[in-house]
Amino acid sequence: MSDIPTLSEIIYYILRRGLYHTLLLTALGLLIGFILGISLAIMRVYGAKELMWFSSGYEKLFRGIPLIVLIYIFAFGLPDILWYIDPLELRLGSVVLALSLRSAAYQSQIFRGAILSVAPGQMEAARALGMKGSQAFRHVVMPQALRLAIPSWSNEYAVVIKDSSFASAIGIVELTQAAYFVSVSFREIWALSYLILAVIYFLFTYPITRIFGERQSKKLKKLGMGGG
Amino acid sequence: MDKPILQVVDIWKSYEDLQVLKGVSFELREGEVKVLFGPSGSGKSTLLRCINMLNPPDKGEVFLRGENITDPNVNINAIRAKIGMVFQHFNLFAHLKAIDNVSIGLRRVKGFPKEEARAKALEVLQSVKMEDWADHYPAELSGGQQQRVGIARALAMDPDVILFDEPTSALDPELIGEVLQVMLDIAKAGKTMIVVTHEMGFAKAVASEMIFLGDGVIIESGTPEHFFVSPKSERVKNFLNQLDVLYGSHEKLLK
Repeated sequence: MSDIPTLSEIIYYILRRGLYHTLLLTALGLLIGFILGISLAIMRVYGAKELMWFSSGYEKLFRGIPLIVLIYIFAFGLPDILWYIDPLELRLGSVVLALSLRSAAYQSQIFRGAILSVAPGQMEAARALGMKGSQAFRHVVMPQALRLAIPSWSNEYAVVIKDSSFASAIGIVELTQAAYFVSVSFREIWALSYLILAVIYFLFTYPITRIFGERQSKKLKKLGMGGG
Repeated sequence: MDKPILQVVDIWKSYEDLQVLKGVSFELREGEVKVLFGPSGSGKSTLLRCINMLNPPDKGEVFLRGENITDPNVNINAIRAKIGMVFQHFNLFAHLKAIDNVSIGLRRVKGFPKEEARAKALEVLQSVKMEDWADHYPAELSGGQQQRVGIARALAMDPDVILFDEPTSALDPELIGEVLQVMLDIAKAGKTMIVVTHEMGFAKAVASEMIFLGDGVIIESGTPEHFFVSPKSERVKNFLNQLDVLYGSHEKLLK
């Protein structure tokens, strides 16, 4: 790319170099955050006192540390312990760890709220039928809580995909880093490359939050769910 | 007479400082319909919830077919499967269609295979005249329809006794009749029931005994004739008068 590239060339370059890692980091961060977050929420709502403390302490801790600090801690700390792992994989792992541990704190709050907004009568009716507490949770409370959580959860997706851009700080080539490459190769259009980057992020967040947020909210209203 | 299905012996229950039940005892025999009534706060709903241990009593015992179900060692889930409950606010599972609301207990608690549970659920929905609404979600149904599904959900488990907790008091007046009619059909078919209700027309039609609960104790009990012809205590007389003034009677709704 010695001549000034065309618009579509820039877009293609950024996507080709960066999209894979951005999506990988986002998917893993959300997935691991989901598993941890749900576990923390269950501990917080149903757990013994110690588990509630643990869960609530975890939330406070990880909501109180900037993501970039978490990334630095893992990226610079882990190689000392896990020296035998490939450095690139370790850097990716550090970002996944940081994204998912922090997302877990927020997802825990989302699912705690969702579980609590399932009307108490639902659990009662399930127990009155003879279901065990765990069955009632699995077959009655959880399916409703998951549906109730979708709008907030799509918001969390938007947060995580945007925050995966912090991976560029430790040299992972994702969308932001790819745009940075364009901007330093072609000083004349550095602003344009970031503008294109902004549009790409927007297109990956807004439609999804709209579909899962607004549509799901309407659907839930139709089902009369959420405190109803 | 045969042995009672349910024996309630000296039930006490308090919430924090409030003593709700102060020693309530009664028995229920096969096929009997017991109507519990009394002013709000008298402990009717609490009594029902003590019977299926949703709120275990502080003191006292409940026996289902001779088995002490207040014993902490008893498998309460297996017991609850034999005690149906119909709620004031229906409490249908919001994420499930009517048919799945009725079949979920059969599948998850009684271990029916999917198809068998569905067939049985459909049969029970027919008995409450809701088979045409099987594939609708609770929010798409009227209150009366929801409550009929609620009754079907309890019926499907073939329980020894069904507890009705003010099943019509959250309904618009024009929807009460259809629910009472279903309850009447069930009662006439021989189901054993305890019904908390102020629907005196229903009580008159099918109650084998009525119990007036006040301040956590049984103030008076007897047949409907006893209550409507010659109640003993002033409290009961006043209460029945008030009911007549406030609610009127829905007798005319019943065939």
